[in-house]
Amino acid sequence: MRQMGRLLIPLGLGFAFLYLPILLMVVFSFNDSRMVTSFTGLSLRWYEALWRNEALMEALFLSLRIAAISATMATILGVLAGFALARFGRFRGRGAFGGLMAAPLVMPEVITGLSLLLLFVALEQAFGFPAGRGADTVAIAHATFGAAYVAVVVQSRLSGFDVSLEDAAMDLGARPVRVFVSITLPLIAPAVAAGWLLAFTLSLDDLVIASFVSGPGASTLPMVIFSSVRLGLTPDLYALATLMVVAVALVLVLAWRLARRPPGA
Amino acid sequence: MSRRFGRALVLALPAAWMLLFFAAPFAIVLSIGFAEPADGIPPYAPLLRPADGALPALHLNLGNFQLLWEDSFYAEAVLRSLRVAAISATLCLLIGYPMALAIARAPEAWRDTLLLLVILPFWTSFLLRVTAWIGLLQDQGWINGALMGLGLIAEPIPLLYTDLAMYLGITYCYLPFMVLPLYATLVKLDAALLDAASDLGAAPWRAFISVTLPLSLPGVLAGFLLVFIPAVGEFVIPELLGGPGAQLIGRVLWTEFFQNRDWPLASALAVALLVALVLPIAIFQARVGREEAR
Repeated sequence: MRQMGRLLIPLGLGFAFLYLPILLMVVFSFNDSRMVTSFTGLSLRWYEALWRNEALMEALFLSLRIAAISATMATILGVLAGFALARFGRFRGRGAFGGLMAAPLVMPEVITGLSLLLLFVALEQAFGFPAGRGADTVAIAHATFGAAYVAVVVQSRLSGFDVSLEDAAMDLGARPVRVFVSITLPLIAPAVAAGWLLAFTLSLDDLVIASFVSGPGASTLPMVIFSSVRLGLTPDLYALATLMVVAVALVLVLAWRLARRPPGA
Repeated sequence: MSRRFGRALVLALPAAWMLLFFAAPFAIVLSIGFAEPADGIPPYAPLLRPADGALPALHLNLGNFQLLWEDSFYAEAVLRSLRVAAISATLCLLIGYPMALAIARAPEAWRDTLLLLVILPFWTSFLLRVTAWIGLLQDQGWINGALMGLGLIAEPIPLLYTDLAMYLGITYCYLPFMVLPLYATLVKLDAALLDAASDLGAAPWRAFISVTLPLSLPGVLAGFLLVFIPAVGEFVIPELLGGPGAQLIGRVLWTEFFQNRDWPLASALAVALLVALVLPIAIFQARVGREEAR
């Protein structure tokens, strides 16, 4: 190991930069005062205010539902794509397929959102489907960019394993589908779970694409947060942020534990 | 079932999905860019519509692209976006490089935990993290409050709705995208090379300049692109933290679409933004392709 030495200072400062804003939100979510500057006393009133904020709660449940559906679709698409990219060797059109799967990772959201909206409008004009826009169209949009993330995660996990296990099963006469289900899938299970979580989180977090492809009556959580931040900052948003940080930390620590458990344990 | 057929079956679903919901929409954006705005839903006139005769005629409207070309407001927005994204990516690099290097050189047992700490903020809501910066930067915010409490300033300094706030916000939100690829390159770096350099009498900074830095350039490029490309089209951060002058292309497109309801002009802007990004995205895809080829 080469010494970290002086690098500890920029590392510490970097972490302070990343965490100070989050820490302040957590602390001030328990503040009694409406002012965000001075801490006047401990209170849970903003959590209560959050609970009573019907628009926000309704949007939260809608967003959770969209996130669960779109993450599941993204995982199916992404696992197939990641598997093809990692295991099919150099098939014809591989470059184009890889590019198509990777492009949503870097495409600016305003372009993705606008282009999907125009597609949905054109489809509705031509076929009458999807009729109008709302949760369904948002879920389709989120599944599309989620699939790109899942594909990357699954592909990199698969390229970490050599094909000998799968080959052995194949030599023993297992059919490809059976090899995939009983060898490949268990091997990549952590990556599949991580990919699903990533797609879920990205869906829960997306403002721009959802704003384009959603319709009346289907405001997602980020859309509601965005319009209320524009009107002014209230500490109930800090309470929401704190709850999300706690939920994310719990899930990640749990996933961490599971991933580190020795195989077979 | 032949192997070939089975493979085609696996590929078919994701390929068809991405073609329909990612590639095809670009063709529509391009065509709507040539449409005329109209009243109604959707608010544009179809390109093919019946003329005086019986056959539908093609109506191409070049006005949108002409306006983008002639009105310097739009060209300036594109240039401003590219500049802001480049500066933000550089700031991310300056903060992220030492972090990635420190993590790569940390004892192996710590590395995963340190990486997790870098990724963790990325998993919490982006919008709420931007919101935290409003709380930090506003006139009655934490920074001004602290400075006034210390007696360093008498009046709050305007921090929110400035370029500084926008750069802070973009750098803050995109930092993990810089650290991860940098770490991935730096951790693979052969320590023996650095030992050799120091055995030959190179000072640590010299070894850094002539060994570590050149070998980490692929990571630098990957991180830079991962920050730069999405930042060019960024809407939320300039809208919530930047001043009224921070008219980046993503924000202009948003205004044309949602406030002015000019879908054709918004489409033309999307095409312009894509053209401005073709080169960086092509570099990114070439890199992804090469990584896969390994």
